[in-house]
Amino acid sequence: MTDLTRLTAAETAAAVASREVSAVEVAQAHLDRIAAVDDRVHAFLHVDAEGALAQAARVDAGELTGPLAGVPLALKDVLCTEGVPTTAGSRILEGWRPPYDATVTARLRAAGVVVLGKTNMDEFAMGSSTEHSAYGPTHNPWDLDRIPGGSGGGSAAAVAAYEAPLAIGTDTGGSIRQPSAVTGTVGVKPTYGGVSRYGLIAFSSSLDQAGPVARTVLDAALLHEAIGGHDPRDSTSIAAPVPPVVEAARQADVRGLRVGVVRELTGDGYEPGVQARFDEAVQALVELGATVTAVSCPHFVHALPAYYLIAPSEASSNLARFDAVRYGLRVGDDGERGLEEVMALTRAQGFGPEVKRRIVLGTYALSSGYYDAYYGQAQKVRTLITRDFTAAFAEADVLVSPTTPGVAFPLGAKLSDPLAMYRQDLATIPSNLYGGPAMSVPAGLSDGLPVGLQVMAPVQRDDLLYRVGAALEAARPFAPTPLQWETA
Amino acid sequence: MSQITRDEVAHLARLARLALADDELDGLAQQLDVILDAVAAIGQVTDAADVPPTTHAVPVENVTRPDVVTPSLPRDVVLAGAPEAEQDRFRVPRILDEEA
Repeated sequence: MTDLTRLTAAETAAAVASREVSAVEVAQAHLDRIAAVDDRVHAFLHVDAEGALAQAARVDAGELTGPLAGVPLALKDVLCTEGVPTTAGSRILEGWRPPYDATVTARLRAAGVVVLGKTNMDEFAMGSSTEHSAYGPTHNPWDLDRIPGGSGGGSAAAVAAYEAPLAIGTDTGGSIRQPSAVTGTVGVKPTYGGVSRYGLIAFSSSLDQAGPVARTVLDAALLHEAIGGHDPRDSTSIAAPVPPVVEAARQADVRGLRVGVVRELTGDGYEPGVQARFDEAVQALVELGATVTAVSCPHFVHALPAYYLIAPSEASSNLARFDAVRYGLRVGDDGERGLEEVMALTRAQGFGPEVKRRIVLGTYALSSGYYDAYYGQAQKVRTLITRDFTAAFAEADVLVSPTTPGVAFPLGAKLSDPLAMYRQDLATIPSNLYGGPAMSVPAGLSDGLPVGLQVMAPVQRDDLLYRVGAALEAARPFAPTPLQWETA
Repeated sequence: MSQITRDEVAHLARLARLALADDELDGLAQQLDVILDAVAAIGQVTDAADVPPTTHAVPVENVTRPDVVTPSLPRDVVLAGAPEAEQDRFRVPRILDEEA
């Protein structure tokens, strides 16, 4: 019998639609898979078996139909799920059950997607390894002693370990793409405003964007289409149709496409094995009929400092909502202590070290006397980075780079050096600052570990990512996760 | 040169309502010094002087909707998530001093 956990989302949906298998069987196979391996991978913070089987039964009853009906999915724990625990990887929200669904969650439910549970993440999406989760790290299915990337390491690991064919991540500085690169999966940050942020627990509101994680480019496109589109509940949501991503993934055609290699995102600082796989993938695009040129984006070297001023500033403001009054933890309310003291005690106990570091950094960057030199200057540099993109897109239809400077590093290797951790996002941050879409697709292996190639496109041209990704996938099939630890 | 002192970190922590322990303050002062050193390089981007700031990736204009009442979340459902509720309200710790 076919192992249902190895099917793609498209294959699963077709099998369910033709009644070859039931959605309940598919859901149960994935729940069994989670029970068998998640003690070692730790991709999930919460598994909702009851909810998943109930949703699958509705699909089998014909109540819910569509291109992804009956397909299981792992949802990052930063998106609200009505009645189902949502922690954002933080102690401060331990045990909280949201009173409503995020728009992404609601659209998944309406599409007949079966949400298996909530995935692990760096606390409030701040990190590149999931080691900043208050509930312990996720392990990379390619090598359990290595990081699965972050912040969405749980989502990427769940997909790579065949615990789910699809997952949702969120990407503020690379939190979908970097985990995808190091787990050999496909991850897409849509155009900012392309997917609703309603019910997404905010980290940095001008940068946050939810998007798909999958094992194939077509699966990512199907999920992108299901969650995308205008939402009146998010005032930054784009009032235009989702770009034709599924059609682009099916075409997989790069003939005549102008591909720009970003000089500032290659060479120094990138591991030789990563650079070699990247160069080979670019060569493959040439063989498929694309034209490749080198482009320069001189301000990209300032993207990292700009990001580490803008994102913590916005976070310090957004995380003020954790006030020990409306939801979550409350510490030290003994009848003697006043409100402010209870608030300060609660936040000190409820937030982990990385979150505190960023709140204090952001508070500093926003304080009078420093505002112009830090936050204000970072916003101006953001404009220059956007202008670099605009100029580059006059010469090329898409830009490419390695997604990450290196392959997955060992757990613990960068935990005591925040700057080394921040540098993981060198290549992914520019697209967040600009707002354009970007994808990471597998580009082969270096020392047995996955390497990702990043494709970046102009705002609202998400379809171009899928053309390039699908063409590469067809020319250079992605390596399946070896899962040696399962048989060892 | 040191970018930030321990006293400054303690002040920022008070502003951000974080009751940090002494050892946390020591650690943060050191780490923030290194981080600020790295991000301070942004001041050297001289061609940013006459550039308008970007506050948002996509230009945002006022977004309005028809002034129609839609249902809110049920009160008991919202209060169920609160650390303390009383008489259909969020219960907060003491706000005023006794003598106030």
